[in-house]
Amino acid sequence: MSDTLPPQPKPKSPQWVTATGNILRFLFRQPPSAFGLVVLVLLIGSAVLAPVLATHDPYVQDLTATLLPPSSAHFFGTDELGRDVYSRLMHGSRITLTIVFLVTITVGPIGLFVGTVAGYFGGRTDTVLMRLTDIFLSFPSLILSLAFVAALGPSLNNAIIAISLTAWPPIARLARAETMTFRRADFISAARLQGASPARIIWKSIVPMCMPSVLIRLTLNMATVILTAAGLGFLGLGAQPPLPEWGAMIATGRRYMIDSWWLVTFPGLAILAVSLAFNLLGDGLRDALDPKQMHRR
Amino acid sequence: MKPLSIRDLSVSFGALRVLHDISFDVRAGECFGLVGESGSGKSTVLSCAAMLWSQWTGRVEIDGVSVQDMSPAERCRTLQMVFQDPYGSLHPRHAIRTVLSEPLKIQGFDNRDARMEQALGDVGLPVDFLDRYPHQLSGGQRQRVAIARALIVEPDVLLLDEPTSALDVSVQAEILNLLAKLRDEKGFTYIMVSHDLAVVDHMCDRFAVMQTGRVVEVLDHDAISSNGATEPYARELIAASLEYERIA
Ligand SMILES: Nc1ncnc2c1ncn2[C@@H]1O[C@H](COP(=O)(O)OP(=O)(O)OP(=O)(O)O)[C@@H](O)[C@H]1O
Ligand SMILES: [Mg+2]
Repeated sequence: MSDTLPPQPKPKSPQWVTATGNILRFLFRQPPSAFGLVVLVLLIGSAVLAPVLATHDPYVQDLTATLLPPSSAHFFGTDELGRDVYSRLMHGSRITLTIVFLVTITVGPIGLFVGTVAGYFGGRTDTVLMRLTDIFLSFPSLILSLAFVAALGPSLNNAIIAISLTAWPPIARLARAETMTFRRADFISAARLQGASPARIIWKSIVPMCMPSVLIRLTLNMATVILTAAGLGFLGLGAQPPLPEWGAMIATGRRYMIDSWWLVTFPGLAILAVSLAFNLLGDGLRDALDPKQMHRR
Repeated sequence: MKPLSIRDLSVSFGALRVLHDISFDVRAGECFGLVGESGSGKSTVLSCAAMLWSQWTGRVEIDGVSVQDMSPAERCRTLQMVFQDPYGSLHPRHAIRTVLSEPLKIQGFDNRDARMEQALGDVGLPVDFLDRYPHQLSGGQRQRVAIARALIVEPDVLLLDEPTSALDVSVQAEILNLLAKLRDEKGFTYIMVSHDLAVVDHMCDRFAVMQTGRVVEVLDHDAISSNGATEPYARELIAASLEYERIA
């Protein structure tokens, strides 16, 4: 446990491999974050293996078998067009994962870039970038996404763009706040003395310092992203039929909800489980990356 | 070996004037001390000379070239700095290899591995420290790495901002001896800030006494033991330190 290591032969694997291993082990020891990890693995598994796991074609209609309750032939029943709900859920996980993935890889870099640049340069750069961020922050994200999708036209891609537009400002704020805490640190001065350009300092010295909290924030954000995507789908502004997006499935299932509970229940549970999982995972990650414990990894 | 001269260096932070027309000369290969109470502006002098802070007036010349006219690359190869706190001056997520290779990459040095091993050897650390992280080192070892980082770009002038004040007394002596050895071997010119007149006595050929942003007096190293200062503030400072040493 002590951090005053005597000279000892170090394992040869690169540091980030051991670090990732340690973090995963930490996450698995806590029941909530372990649940999050398991759900995430299930989600990725079902997305990758959707064609294998699905028992039916998610798009094929069978008007002789509409609104059947769950049975061994249709695990989660069938919808109003006779499509297998279980198979649609499996294929829907691909859409969910795509949305989460695309939003995260756009929002993470944009937020980091704006935040670190504003924090490092300060002064007028900071003022301009932060006012811009404030403008985006001042709208509730669902409303802003709604406006964008309404303007661009409803489709899955536009939903992803709209969600990204609303999700980067909190990341930028966070990265800026982190950057401000150490932009006057001696190790930054040392880098400047070595002739490092501002871009190099931001990339090599500042980004690695902001990474843990940004990663935590992005993970927590995924829950919101999923809910917003489902919300847009529900309102008919996200994925369009016949795509098996979970929110859209709930929207169409709503009309038959009283007699056919399975139409809304299973997609609803899927959304709940996945967004809960990301929340728990984010919390677990926050503990795992706690700077006070950092030196142990 | 290059000399350094500071002429009429003045700095204000907003309305607050922090340095008032600082002037002194450091000879080539000399160790020059800067002493004075906390807040007297010692660190500010070094930041200005290193151009970490550029809003100042006056002239700082190294071998006749103003630091303001140097390109960043030229400045990097002329002047480096060692900071007070070895815990804050090394990036917590950079392995020592990164710490030492970055300046070499930026400045386009060749033979990087050989130079890194050489630099670690110069500061008395084994080569396998390259794969360690700062949190795996003691304070003294960190300060050695910080010194290695400064000397790896082969500068002429080293600015030392209280390089030992964050360290244990026994480790302090080690680092001071290392610095003295490096100066003998490589002909560095040092400016060394210190609170501790004993350290200045041990290391410096001459030193300047600063008070509230002014240089009160520039004295020879011998002036400490004999208290040869003429200005009252400098006399008082030296007397207090002699008194302290007698008690301790
Ligand atoms: N960025 C800044 N903004 C405003 N005032 C500053 C700033 N940096 C330093 N000062 C002021 O300048 C004065 C000199 O500071 P400096 O750090 O040079 O003192 P010092 O002699 O190095 O002290 P110490 O021995 O405690 O390190 C102090 O009064 C300090 O409050
Ligand atoms: Mg100081």
